[in-house]
Amino acid sequence: MILLFLIWAVIDRRDAVVIGVVEGSILALGAVGLTLVYGVLKFAHFAHGDSMMLSAYCAFLLLSGVVSGSRPGVDAEVLPITVSDLPGATTEVWKFSFGYGLLVAMALSALVTSGILVVLDRLVYRRLRQRKSGIVIFSIASLGLAIAIRSLVLMVWGPTPRKYTTTVRENIDLPFDITILADQLFILAAAITVTVLAYILLFRTKLGKAMRAMADNPELALISGIRTELVIALTWALAGGLVAVAGVLLALQAQLDPQLGFVLLLPLFAAAILGGVGNPQGAFFGGMIVGIVQAVVVTFDFLSPGYKFSVAFVILILILLIRPRGLFGARL
Amino acid sequence: MPRFRAKPSSFIAPATVALVTALLIAIPFERSNGDTSGVISFLVSFLTFVAIYAIFTLGLNVQWGYSGVFNFGVLGFFMLGAYTAAIVTKEPASGSFTDYIGGFGGDLNLLPWLSSEQWLPHLVGLAAAAGVAGLVALLLSVTALRLRDDYLAIATIGVAEVLRRVVIEETWLVNGTRGLTGIPRPLGGLVGSTDYKYLLLAICGGFLVLTYFLIERAIRSPWGRVLMALREDEMATEASGKNVFAFKMQSFVMGAAIMGAGGAIYAYASSSLTPEVFTHFFATFLFWAMLILGGSGNNRGAIVGAYVLWGFWTITLQFQSYDLPDLLQTRMPYIRELVLGGLIVAVLLLRPAGLLPQRRQVSIWVERQLRRRPAAPAGSPTEGASSNR
Repeated sequence: MILLFLIWAVIDRRDAVVIGVVEGSILALGAVGLTLVYGVLKFAHFAHGDSMMLSAYCAFLLLSGVVSGSRPGVDAEVLPITVSDLPGATTEVWKFSFGYGLLVAMALSALVTSGILVVLDRLVYRRLRQRKSGIVIFSIASLGLAIAIRSLVLMVWGPTPRKYTTTVRENIDLPFDITILADQLFILAAAITVTVLAYILLFRTKLGKAMRAMADNPELALISGIRTELVIALTWALAGGLVAVAGVLLALQAQLDPQLGFVLLLPLFAAAILGGVGNPQGAFFGGMIVGIVQAVVVTFDFLSPGYKFSVAFVILILILLIRPRGLFGARL
Repeated sequence: MPRFRAKPSSFIAPATVALVTALLIAIPFERSNGDTSGVISFLVSFLTFVAIYAIFTLGLNVQWGYSGVFNFGVLGFFMLGAYTAAIVTKEPASGSFTDYIGGFGGDLNLLPWLSSEQWLPHLVGLAAAAGVAGLVALLLSVTALRLRDDYLAIATIGVAEVLRRVVIEETWLVNGTRGLTGIPRPLGGLVGSTDYKYLLLAICGGFLVLTYFLIERAIRSPWGRVLMALREDEMATEASGKNVFAFKMQSFVMGAAIMGAGGAIYAYASSSLTPEVFTHFFATFLFWAMLILGGSGNNRGAIVGAYVLWGFWTITLQFQSYDLPDLLQTRMPYIRELVLGGLIVAVLLLRPAGLLPQRRQVSIWVERQLRRRPAAPAGSPTEGASSNR
């Protein structure tokens, strides 16, 4: 049924599908991280969307060094040296609206976000684990952290949306009559590269095997000599890296907005559950499907664009009703 | 969740309540330069809203505190209740800038005596609000509750978000972002407009007391004992032949109905509704914070949590009127949110039972049985302290 919908959409609403693929690839990155945490730690991480937003702002800080000043609307520079100070970092590469500095900022932001998530795990989740709290307590704690992260971003950068660059974005023409922004092509390429890297890490390395073993059966993993706490920390680090790339790409596609974290929560969870909790390939395709369906549905005349993110909810309820284990089965 | 403490550190709760109360009296007293009537009307409106929010916290307690049902979409039931009550009690839409369905206020003046137009529509609205919210909860429990606890949480967030979008986008339904104003107040003609605030406090407080006693009564029934057993040891409850899903569903629906009724009371008390008020932060997270701070599973804790947290919220709002440095002044709203988010995490880590901890009441019997047998392995009460859910 979904396949039929996709075929029809490709024929009838090609432009919307292209946008959907771009947005879907971003969602896919976020959903892969979410499903990893869900699979290994067994709880719904409600701070995922907000971590994504925080990492995008982190890259913004690294690029521009700017935070809001003491009065609203006035900015203050706080970093003595930024990524943009590197020679040629802001010169636009090819038809993109940014230079290689963005890539550097993205990589650094990935490191920072991974670090933040690992530290939060040490400070909060590990202590809950040691007390053998139920999964629901973990989720409430993550919701508290989500609120804290959002208000922190609002405190530091203010409520007005921001952008990485202000230059005009160039279109490029692809075969089959597809016109796409050069930046969007970059988003797609970056998302696919990072997904492939994550896939190799999960399915071709010992660490990936350990993670999958933990998701499968934590007790068994522990007696088999897997250092579970280490694997948990590395899971957070990997999720942090994915979240950071997704956040920066999202900010490139749209803009930086402190409200984004909560808005993204539903599509991310819809993608993860659609793909089957703990199944990274499933989450990738789930993200793609949610992205495309969202983009196509808002082109319908009878639906206002305001419902864009409600579509994810409808997908979620349908999947819970019809196939609660997800399209591709819940496993890692 | 069931946290057994041998020695509850009993001074923390009274000390917190006393501190909040002192600040609540001192700050308006100082701001109004010692005008007692100003302080009193400030306190009256504060207590009115504490009573309303405590109703939601009690509803959440029925769901989460008693049976561990995980509802992150209080906002959804709040909105359903508030808007349902509003369109039941209001007059039909008129004028070019207002548009909404319903407006049954005039048709509901059924009884020719006791000036029924001042209370009958409100009662009908209250019942309708509770009914609609309960119905949505019923539908949700069939789809999401039977799967996993956290799927219900995601689904309830989803319902809340979709409802919020519907209210904003469908302007014909409840007037969109322009909102509904002029919701008739219950018993509005009984007293003059200056004294109405006392009556309102009495109505809201009365409803809170009613809800409290209804829940307490329900919890003392055999049905409530199953719920309490459920929150303490779900597996043992299932093993003793209780249909866990049915009990969870009933408590979810009951809690949602209470939230819907709370929404109706909120609509009557504030007499206008706009979608901007209904944020996930205000209408979901705040109630969770109240319940966790007060002590999940404890109805008095839920009310104390509502009092302390709304007190904190009101006091920090008052701080904004002081002459603070710009850096702080412009960020006050975010600092409050940050403190609240941090507070939740801190309470979960440091004092998971909340201000008024709830003792285990059903599964404690198992331990007593064990201790009576001499050869039984020592299931000492202190070990029970680690059995969080």
